[in-house]
Amino acid sequence: MTGKDEAELSRLLRAAIAGDERAYADFLHRIAALVRGFARRKIVQGGVDPEDVVQETLLAIHVKRHTWRDDAPVLPWVYAIARFKLIDAFRRRGRRIEIEIDDIAETLAEPEAETVSERDINRALDGLPPAQRSVVSAVSVEGRSIGETAAKFGITETAVRVSLHRGLAAIAKRFGRAT
Amino acid sequence: MRTDDLIKALDADARSKAMPLRSVWWVAAAAAAVIAAVVFFLTIGPRPDIMVAMHTMRFLAKFVFTIVLAVTAFGLIRALSTPGASTVRAVAWMAAAPVLVAVAVVLELFMVPEVMWGTRMVGTNMMICMGFIPLIGIGPLAIFLWVLRYGAPTRPVLAGAVAGLLAGGLSATFYAAHCFDDSPLFVATWYTIAIIVLAAIGGLGGRLFVRW
Repeated sequence: MTGKDEAELSRLLRAAIAGDERAYADFLHRIAALVRGFARRKIVQGGVDPEDVVQETLLAIHVKRHTWRDDAPVLPWVYAIARFKLIDAFRRRGRRIEIEIDDIAETLAEPEAETVSERDINRALDGLPPAQRSVVSAVSVEGRSIGETAAKFGITETAVRVSLHRGLAAIAKRFGRAT
Repeated sequence: MRTDDLIKALDADARSKAMPLRSVWWVAAAAAAVIAAVVFFLTIGPRPDIMVAMHTMRFLAKFVFTIVLAVTAFGLIRALSTPGASTVRAVAWMAAAPVLVAVAVVLELFMVPEVMWGTRMVGTNMMICMGFIPLIGIGPLAIFLWVLRYGAPTRPVLAGAVAGLLAGGLSATFYAAHCFDDSPLFVATWYTIAIIVLAAIGGLGGRLFVRW
């Protein structure tokens, strides 16, 4: 990672918070790759799936993006959240780990690709009320737009947005609550 | 669910808005001050001779201690609730209030004869102090814990304890206007205990309530 990436990520997140969905998708993909590299290097004993940490971190970044100060660097913010979620994942599985607090090693993380397996997020999704669950599934797994999802269930786009927002917040909260 | 699918869902929710944490802290501080003021004026209220007392150093010094505590704790809690924010400087500033109190205690020990140290320290209001500082502070503390939950503190117990110090500084600022015991010896003892009670409740609240 370089200062140029930092500047680019800050720009993307600023645009995303202003409502630019394309900038947000770009931002999230880049962050996912970085956090994946971070989680894979930190998880050496096994027991925790790095991809679960990636997903929990992305959700936390999403529901807590109002905590980012747009004049502050974005990478320390991202890695602080990732480290918190990593420690949380270990704690939940009854393990203790020591994580060095050096940001330098983290900034060397190379983007990495995803591996596929059963996910914690699926269990969290299954715990949602049916209306929220079907909307979240339609938009994510089935890849439908807000408009298509509204047509599929015969509800308004506003109702889809509300269910989606509440569903994502509930999943994020469920990760936070588990101890 | 694949991570790419999750990103689709997050992206579709990009337009949902939330008030920036920075602004929420200022709103919370204002609301907390109003709640503390209401509880204070409905219960004990200011001492009747407050206009006279305002001309004495010891009375005014109490407000310096409590306001400095509240301001420094406010700085620290904002940093603690933001992931990746540096807390070094804010932590260093937290020493200001204890140092001021310590200096005042030393001056008081020089100025007051030794036989009176005990009376000055015990004062006349100790139980009211220990009861009302937590009572006035508990509403503000609840607000600050709620804001911590809205934020993203990576050290929730510490952040909760600092919320208690902030609530304590705010509450003690009001209480100081009621209390007749102006000696730094009294303040250093009983105010400290009462504020630590709030910090302990805050730390527990951080552990139980601040999950994200």
